[in-house]
Amino acid sequence: MTASPSSAELDALLLSLDVAARSVAFTLPLAVLAAWLLTRARFPGRTLLDAFVHLPLVLPPVAVGYVLLLLFGVRGPIGGWLRAHFGIQLAFTTAGAALATAVMTFPLMVRAIRLSLENVDRGLEAAATTLGAGPLDRFATITLPLMLPGILAGAVTAFSAGLGEFGAVITFASNVPGVTRTLPLALYTAMQSPGGETLALRLAVLSFALGLSGLLVAEFLVRRVRRMLGR
Amino acid sequence: MLSVSVTRRLGSFTLAAAFTAPTPGVTALFGRSGSGKTTLVNIIAGLLAPDEGEVQLADTVLTDTRRHIAVPAQQRHIGYVFQDARLFPHLTIAGNLRYGLKRAARRPQFIGFEEVVALLGLGALLERRPHRLSGGERQRVALGRALLSQPRLLLLDEPLAALDAARREEVLPYLVALRDRLSVPMVYVSHQFEEVLRLATWIVLLESGQVLAHGPVNEISLRPELRRIVGPELVGSVLEGLVTRVDASGGTVDLVIGTGTGTLKVSLREVPVGARVRVQLLARDIILATQPAQGLSVRNALAGTVRDIAPDEDESVLVRIDVGGAMVLARITQAARQALRLEPGDAVWALVKAVSTRGHAFQLPAAAAGLRGRPESPSHSPW
Repeated sequence: MTASPSSAELDALLLSLDVAARSVAFTLPLAVLAAWLLTRARFPGRTLLDAFVHLPLVLPPVAVGYVLLLLFGVRGPIGGWLRAHFGIQLAFTTAGAALATAVMTFPLMVRAIRLSLENVDRGLEAAATTLGAGPLDRFATITLPLMLPGILAGAVTAFSAGLGEFGAVITFASNVPGVTRTLPLALYTAMQSPGGETLALRLAVLSFALGLSGLLVAEFLVRRVRRMLGR
Repeated sequence: MLSVSVTRRLGSFTLAAAFTAPTPGVTALFGRSGSGKTTLVNIIAGLLAPDEGEVQLADTVLTDTRRHIAVPAQQRHIGYVFQDARLFPHLTIAGNLRYGLKRAARRPQFIGFEEVVALLGLGALLERRPHRLSGGERQRVALGRALLSQPRLLLLDEPLAALDAARREEVLPYLVALRDRLSVPMVYVSHQFEEVLRLATWIVLLESGQVLAHGPVNEISLRPELRRIVGPELVGSVLEGLVTRVDASGGTVDLVIGTGTGTLKVSLREVPVGARVRVQLLARDIILATQPAQGLSVRNALAGTVRDIAPDEDESVLVRIDVGGAMVLARITQAARQALRLEPGDAVWALVKAVSTRGHAFQLPAAAAGLRGRPESPSHSPW
């Protein structure tokens, strides 16, 4: 082991934050769209989409990582295309770790956002319509602000969960120090290394603290926004 | 002119309603709950599409299923005040008020922000959030918000139904002021005849999704269909008259009705000479005499002619009396009718106590405009 324990910890922590943040930024708009489609739109295949969105919750994360590798790997149909046209490589990179994390946390985010969308009073949207607001205007000025508690809760929960995504990340992005070795991967590596018990314990405590504070922040934000909305 | 002729099925309920109403003015959609009033206003607003039919406001066709015209609700410029106010919880009161105003920026504006705030007494509320307001305050804000969207027509769906009597009185004067000061036509949905009498200039009677009758208030008050909705106790003709004398000490005014042959003393305060006033004389409160009465405490004796006599509930009959062109309804028992040998064409005197008419006097739009000041600002209650 070349790096001192403290710098390995810091690397893993910063990398986890980076990966989780990228994954949330990427999935948030898609999750709002998916929640809207699943709640408001009526189209054939809606049930199928619903099942598909929730699939990562029930699949082994390793299987998800494997499918990603097949699709987005250097020789995969999407991965090959991305590489040929844009020079982008996802497998075994930080961006790839973020993609794997995004897929795994997507259902969590959609669930929270969907719940808040279901609670938006359609009557308020009707009122906005009579005041001259068209569909997009209405969505931006009424529906979206009223969904804010759910969006925040979904984002923070997905971020916290994203800090600790293991199976899909290690399968798709591998375990490269400083590139894809996030907290749980570092923890796993430390456990596998002789004399890594102290580091493993410290990483475990760190993960625990991060997860707890994430949940607390989510709760705090949601309460604040709810109070702002008068509920 | 607002003209509506639509059908719409909702489950086992079918709305098949057609009426026309003059504009400006306040058209009351009057009927019991479940009669289709809200469905009808939702169709007018464009929030609900009729299965078939047309909606036309002045020369604008808003809906015509045969010609495939359906102007989207957001382009109809029809204000809507919902029973539950529906203020946007994430905006302040000022934000709520400006919501429609902003979206009406490119159209001519007949009323401005400051004017609405003053008219509805909203000055103290502007920075607050909707959940901190009382029910009455919320409805006033909803009213202001709808007005500021510069509507061509204002729909009010039982805006007072969710309020208790005190809150209702907190909002009603503002509705009266609105009617008298602005020329926005209104459609007012209600199942309270009292409110209708106070506000409406035209009534559309609805029952089970059908229009039973529509017309001016005094005409509709004589229709037998009205009783099916208000019940026998509230049957009575509505008269409109001109105040010719004010007796401030007695708290009564003299009202000339019909072609001027009848004068009615009515308990009513704070109404000036020259005002037009609406009074409902309940049929059960009227006593008939075949000779001029003497030595009675009754203040009013209206001389008239019996027009017709219709059977009423149980053992009674409804007598329609023509008092110089104005119609008065009186309920008397079969026995009384036989004792008086009352027949159509007979001369009679309708006796009405001045106090009987209390609470049924309503100022009419034409005269009220500008005569009275702004309605007193009701105290803002803490809840």
